[in-house]
Amino acid sequence: MDIAVLIKQVPDTYGERRLHETDWSLDRAATDAVIDEIDTRGVELALTLTEQHGGEVTAVTMGPDGATDALRKALAMGAAKAVHITDPALAGSDAVATSAVLAAALRQLDVDLIVTGNESTDGRSAAVPAMLAERLGLPAVTSVRALTVDGDTLTAERVVEGGWARIQAPLPAVVSVNEKIAEPRYPNFKGIMSAKKKPVTTLTLADLGVDADRVGAAGSATRAVDGAPRPPRTGGHTITDDGSAGAQAARYLIERKVL
Amino acid sequence: MFELTDDQRALVEVSRDFAAEFLAPDALEWDRTKHFPVDVLAKAGGLGMGGMYVREDVGGSGLSRLDAALIIEALAAGCPTVASYISIHNMVAWMIDRYGSQEQRERFLPELCEMTVLGSYCLTEPGAGSDAAALTTRAVRDGEEYVLDGVKQFISGAGASGVYIVMARTGDAASGASGITAFLVERDAAGLSFGPNEAKMGWNAQPTRPVILEGVRVPVTHRLGGEGQGFRIAMSGLNGGRINIGASSLGGAQSALDRTLQYMSERTAFGKRLDQFQALQFSVADMVTELEAARLLLWRAADALDRKAPDAVRWCAMAKRLATDTGFAVANQALQLHGGYGYLAEYGIEKLVRDLRVHQILEGTNEIMKMVIARDVIGR
Ligand SMILES: Cc1cc2nc3c(=O)[nH]c(=O)nc-3n(C[C@H](O)[C@H](O)[C@H](O)COP(=O)(O)OP(=O)(O)OC[C@H]3O[C@@H](n4cnc5c(N)ncnc54)[C@H](O)[C@@H]3O)c2cc1C
Repeated sequence: MDIAVLIKQVPDTYGERRLHETDWSLDRAATDAVIDEIDTRGVELALTLTEQHGGEVTAVTMGPDGATDALRKALAMGAAKAVHITDPALAGSDAVATSAVLAAALRQLDVDLIVTGNESTDGRSAAVPAMLAERLGLPAVTSVRALTVDGDTLTAERVVEGGWARIQAPLPAVVSVNEKIAEPRYPNFKGIMSAKKKPVTTLTLADLGVDADRVGAAGSATRAVDGAPRPPRTGGHTITDDGSAGAQAARYLIERKVL
Repeated sequence: MFELTDDQRALVEVSRDFAAEFLAPDALEWDRTKHFPVDVLAKAGGLGMGGMYVREDVGGSGLSRLDAALIIEALAAGCPTVASYISIHNMVAWMIDRYGSQEQRERFLPELCEMTVLGSYCLTEPGAGSDAAALTTRAVRDGEEYVLDGVKQFISGAGASGVYIVMARTGDAASGASGITAFLVERDAAGLSFGPNEAKMGWNAQPTRPVILEGVRVPVTHRLGGEGQGFRIAMSGLNGGRINIGASSLGGAQSALDRTLQYMSERTAFGKRLDQFQALQFSVADMVTELEAARLLLWRAADALDRKAPDAVRWCAMAKRLATDTGFAVANQALQLHGGYGYLAEYGIEKLVRDLRVHQILEGTNEIMKMVIARDVIGR
């Protein structure tokens, strides 16, 4: 089975992330750009599935020129090839526009499964996977923590409020994974050294036949109108142990829906 | 030459992540309990760290010496002792790749590259250290076998390793360097045994034991190179070994320095943060400068070895001398800047000082490095 994994280059979460105060867009120059951690898990799932069932993994990204670094990481992990959608007109695209562009690229690929992260650590809209499925007319299975494939059916554990649900869907399908899905492998030295030799196809909007006014900041339906930096951390909640600290801590977490 | 390539940055990133996940968290515990983490080494082998500059047909990674130096430095930030063992292991693997027959390469290298089997380098003897050509372990030809008798001292990995490259004398007692031959000895060979794991100052996460050879029969097919070539083979392995030991010192010292900067930004005395005292700032400036200078020389030497430059031996000796002396001095100064806490095991700085100390002694002492350098510029 051939699998496309969508990956995104995002600002390193170790760094201090900042917004431009003019349009509240992300200041991508302020921090190192890295492959989104959740996407390395998507790559891991895809590699495991192709190791079990055959086929190849294609890493797909939409992003500026520098996003090739993120693709190279996926190639070093074991993806066979990559597609880089890049066009100056794309800057500032929202989820609706992004999903249109990705859908156009994925239509050209003919894969059995499309794997994405459930949400990127920068935009965090978590909307692209479902929009993409809608545009492609494919089943969407989001927030998946485990997945197997048998013939042309996938079986997934989808995390829902308070528990999880077992979902079955026919292939091809779009799956978005959460951080429980798999521990990403370390790329080995051979993978790193061969990554550069693997094919990377660059596609522009013209190549995809997507109209430039439907994308970018101007073509997007949503716009950030206001913003504020994250307030500094406050002291936190202190529990004094009078013998019931365990119960108190559990209650605190349950109230905040962490547990 | 001063900018790393994309590939090199990726190799460093993986090695650094690996060290942070699999070495650093347990390094103090391994030091305390003298634990040799063979399971972690096998993981490292899976990434390609067992045969970094071994050719790819037998499972090697086909990297350059400069690549390897960068990787070892990154690993040493997690634990210099484990990084240095990986260096020794790579020296063994490379010697087999470079001097072994195709049959020997196919037999030994796949598992060595995966690090499911480990390698040891057996040159030093109780009576022959710096003057290694004075070694007395004997190898006597008997039909299609050699019979080896003698004792090797200070052997890293001994007991845990599966493959031992043993330098032994096939010539007569007065034959010097030209009477030495290298052999591949496997751990299960009859007559091979190991002395106790030495109690030592540092390098506790890898065993150091005497290797005792009593009538060990080695098939002629396990002779590495020709008779009389053993000393040259042993010395050529040390070129890369010296670069890597230097790189390990840099990585350990860099980690000590990074932790010191953090500590100085948090600790206050006389109402000021430590990093606001100019005397201490100057000390930090020197540490950074000297470490970078040593690193530059090390990269230069690795490049000379990659280019097979005729004077590579001298470059490797200069780089080893400077990187190991600087690495120790920087770690020791990091301890000083930590005050009493630097002396406590918990902070991990005293361990780095102990681990880096031996780098000035092994793979040729730093006095021997000066001999090599002087010999090259002055002549014999
Ligand atoms: C932890 C550890 C691990 C080791 N691992 C290995 C290993 O895996 N394999 C292996 O083969 N060996 C190994 N060694 C041995 C190491 O390489 C030797 O200890 C080293 O070469 C020095 O030899 P020596 O100890 O006999 O000292 P000596 O040769 O006795 O030297 C004593 C002192 O005299 C100086 N000196 C000697 N000759 C001269 C000279 N001509 N001019 C100026 N100064 C001189 C030396 O520099 C040193 O300061 C290891 C040693 C240690 C401590």
